Amino acid sequence: MSDLTDISVTEALVGLAGKKFSAVELAKAHIAAMESARALNAFITETPKLAMKQAIESDARRAAGRAGAMDGIPLGIKDLYCTKDVRTTAASHILGEFTPTYESTVTQKLFDAGCVMLGKTNLDEFAMGSSNITSYFGPAISPWSGKDPVKANRKLVPGGSSGGSSAAVAGRFAMAATGTDTGGSIRQPASFTGIVGMKPTYGRCSRWGIVAFASSLDQAGPMTRTVADAALMLRVMAGFDSKDSTSVDQAVPDFVTALGTSIKGMKIGIPREYRIDGISAEIDNLWQKGAAMLRDAGAEIVEISLPHTKYSLAVYYIIAPAEASSNLARYDGVRYGLRVPGENLINMYENTRAEGFGKEVRRRILIGTYVLSAGYYDAYYLKAQKVRRCIRNDFEEAFKKCDAILTPTAPSTAFAIGEKQDDPIQMYLNDVFTVPLNLVGLPGISVPVGLGSDGLPLGLQLIGRAFDEMTLFKAASALEKAANFNHKPPFMAGT
Amino acid sequence: MAYVQGQTGEWEMVIGLEVHAQVTSNAKLFSGAATEFGAAPNAQVSLVDAAFPGMLPVINGKCVEQAVRTGLGLQAEINLVSVFDRKNYFYADLPPGYQISQYKNPIVGKGEIVLDLADGTSRTIGITRLHLEQDAGKSMHDQSPNETYVDLNRAGVALMEIVSEPDMRSGEEAGAYLKKLRAIMRYLGTCDGNMEEGSMRCDVNLSMRRKGDTKLGTRCEIKNVNSIRFVQQAIEFESHRQVELLEGGNVVKQETRLWDTTKGETRAMRSKEEAHDYRYFPDPDLLPLKLDQKWVNDIKMTLPELPDQKKDRFIRDYGLKSYDAMVLVAERASADFFEAVAKGRDGKLAANWVTGEFFGALNKLGKTVNDSPVSAQALGELVDLISNQTISNRIAKDVFEAMLETGKGAAALVEEKGLRQVTDLGSIEKSIDEILTAHADKVAEYKSGKDKLFGFFVGQVMKTTGGKANPAVLNELLKKKLNS
Amino acid sequence: MSIDQTTVVKIAHLARLKIPTEEQKQVAGELNKILEWITQLDEVDVTAVEPMSSVNDVPLRWRDDIVTDGDKMADIMTNAPAKTADFFTVPKVVE
Repeated sequence: MSDLTDISVTEALVGLAGKKFSAVELAKAHIAAMESARALNAFITETPKLAMKQAIESDARRAAGRAGAMDGIPLGIKDLYCTKDVRTTAASHILGEFTPTYESTVTQKLFDAGCVMLGKTNLDEFAMGSSNITSYFGPAISPWSGKDPVKANRKLVPGGSSGGSSAAVAGRFAMAATGTDTGGSIRQPASFTGIVGMKPTYGRCSRWGIVAFASSLDQAGPMTRTVADAALMLRVMAGFDSKDSTSVDQAVPDFVTALGTSIKGMKIGIPREYRIDGISAEIDNLWQKGAAMLRDAGAEIVEISLPHTKYSLAVYYIIAPAEASSNLARYDGVRYGLRVPGENLINMYENTRAEGFGKEVRRRILIGTYVLSAGYYDAYYLKAQKVRRCIRNDFEEAFKKCDAILTPTAPSTAFAIGEKQDDPIQMYLNDVFTVPLNLVGLPGISVPVGLGSDGLPLGLQLIGRAFDEMTLFKAASALEKAANFNHKPPFMAGT
Repeated sequence: MAYVQGQTGEWEMVIGLEVHAQVTSNAKLFSGAATEFGAAPNAQVSLVDAAFPGMLPVINGKCVEQAVRTGLGLQAEINLVSVFDRKNYFYADLPPGYQISQYKNPIVGKGEIVLDLADGTSRTIGITRLHLEQDAGKSMHDQSPNETYVDLNRAGVALMEIVSEPDMRSGEEAGAYLKKLRAIMRYLGTCDGNMEEGSMRCDVNLSMRRKGDTKLGTRCEIKNVNSIRFVQQAIEFESHRQVELLEGGNVVKQETRLWDTTKGETRAMRSKEEAHDYRYFPDPDLLPLKLDQKWVNDIKMTLPELPDQKKDRFIRDYGLKSYDAMVLVAERASADFFEAVAKGRDGKLAANWVTGEFFGALNKLGKTVNDSPVSAQALGELVDLISNQTISNRIAKDVFEAMLETGKGAAALVEEKGLRQVTDLGSIEKSIDEILTAHADKVAEYKSGKDKLFGFFVGQVMKTTGGKANPAVLNELLKKKLNS
Repeated sequence: MSIDQTTVVKIAHLARLKIPTEEQKQVAGELNKILEWITQLDEVDVTAVEPMSSVNDVPLRWRDDIVTDGDKMADIMTNAPAKTADFFTVPKVVE
């Protein structure tokens, strides 16, 4: 393994600034790593030529003294972000060879800061999943393998939907990656692969140019190996965008300044209801350990109550499919993407969409169509929006008592490809701890804290107030320091 | 109220109209693409309009303002909070698979329009609501034997959907409603009302019931009728079709129908046969639209004088008859033209000339007030010449004809052709004496009681003076001479 | 509120998704399972609770009425699966 692929973004920027290595060397090392890791199927499209071009430009900028905040850093870009002149698939057959003529706001910001794109990472089709199994381009595979006999012999999921991104960052063949998070799609894969995943406050990052799944829930965010890298990268990704009506005009602070500062007196809430809900002893144990770490670092642990959060998943599985059923109506074979002929317009639509969408996407479109249809709207959709407000009220009450909330990120360690596939609800339960934040728009970060008895990573999630990512980074950095998670996956690209 | 005479009795029409009026704006409702009519296909389309992945709507503030202006012009409630919903359905010219519209919470609530009918009566028609929504693109089915062509230039253009109560009872009322609504929007500058270019389109909801019934019958919707004349023809056809069905013991099927201009009939639309389920829900890409009461008040302050107010003022200030005032205010351009002519002059005389000779000439020439060959100033000059008795009303008509032909001014033409009215007593008296002498026999007849011959003498004098004798002076002098 | 095969056919058509007849029953079963699971929301009393459709309580921002976009036919048409001249084309529609 090359040394250049196992360093953090922060370290790489120091090395580049100190001329220890060039952006071209960094890019070459990562391209080689990416090529050696093809078995993990983490990239749908590799863009080594573009990466080299960008790296050369980066070195020139640095030489001219005009280096950006992340100049020369090689990234994986989730294939849900539209990238100019680079095929964008959303891991779906329906987009065919769709090649945008435009660049998403967030990737543009990253490029403006000097980032280098290695390629487009794999994901669950249209980001609908928690395993990366629903990708039309086949599952991405975790660089981790378990200790127990079953998992040791089976390929594990890297989580989802941002599974290609988590696999590439954990497997050391992307220094960092972008993710998107609609119900946990950044945080759960981060927990599964032992990396840091940050979902900012809704409205913090522009959604313009990101293929929409559920508009009121989707948020872009960074996936990195350290909290510091996440802070650095979020600052680049975030910011008001007049092209997105839901983008919020709030100043973006320098999150890095929050790192390593004292959390003395910070109040960390532990939601009572999450315990009762029958989580495994292993998860509960890790959670208590995490709370103890923060207490030792000076925080005060307080018990809080989020009585309605247990309904979050049910609310989510009404709202997300409803919005998705409408958002995905544009994939009709008329202006771009796949077209499967039909004898008339309706048949053309039905054939195109039946062949173009995978099973899980079709399922969610049907659910979404049903809950919005005449006679059912009030019972499902409207009811869900009302319970959603109850959940938000819970969080508002809770944040009167605490500054941040600590919970597990996921109810288990990574599972094997093939597991949980028969029962969609079992799969949906993966997001039980992450979904509530999306429903209410709050920021959350998953920090790797330890390994389960199966030798696989487990993360804890910190939840903050809206637009208070600073506090979140402060607490996350303290937790990271105390946990000192330095386990590496058995597969490291290039080794 | 006009009833339809059936075999078994009289039937009453119940008509409600849904008008789609294109908002006058430079850019589309949710994108920065242009709205201009007549561009090359797909030249005025943004990635948002074509619903590319990841594209998002941002609302054009001008369109919001225009909807509020229109609402205020319809005396309607303005809702300070309204919501954009998605109306979901698939069609080739609807790129996102949904139309952004307003369903439960429109920007404008109840209002009204007063119709002035030809018989001099007026009727108030209720406005149910007005909401903002996007237009779809255009599908062309006649360009190729097996394909439909799609042009998205219109996709995303802002429309106001204005829904009336089912308050109209005849095709005439429907026509009057459309004309009045169009006039109001043109006065406000919120919609150009150009039905040929599709910037105002109308769906007609029509049901029939027996005269005297209060229960509503089953209605049909006739889609996209694109002229006022067609609206009236479609109502005429459809009302008879429904009466025939009902009298034949059949039921009217609730359906969407299409007006076929060439055949002059309505027929069921095939593509709309299936029951729709639009699955409306609030658009998560947009937030609720909130208006400030003060902002609404400020718009109210800037509203122009609307047709009804103008009509009242014309009657009050210029002493016009109600009918003339109504005709003049129907178009803002006509009203403005009239006012320019009438300013500082005899209002009634000005109105007679504008609604009479002037409109008649425009009609004949196929021109409008805006491209009239005679300016308001020129017509005013002519009115002045009548008022100060330089020429008679009759001579003025000849002068006006000459103005149309030559483009010359009225005064210049009067001088050039020597049409100045003769008011000089001596010269008129001389002409009278000549005529009376030449027709001594007729004078005798007149004196013996044949009063009607008075007109003959007037005619003869006019003939010798080339029509220039001041009629009043002539009459007086002639009477004096004959009765002496 | 349970979904039968007829309902599956109806919503599949609304969503323009062809589902082969032999799969319809199975799909109905899957959807019912999810809907059944969702019925847990019946436990929550939402009387007097306003529905929440957006998380950020900020006013909708307005754009100025300026033409800033359009005139990019090449961008619009380049990915089209079918086109003739400057039009998108679809199988003929009868109105």
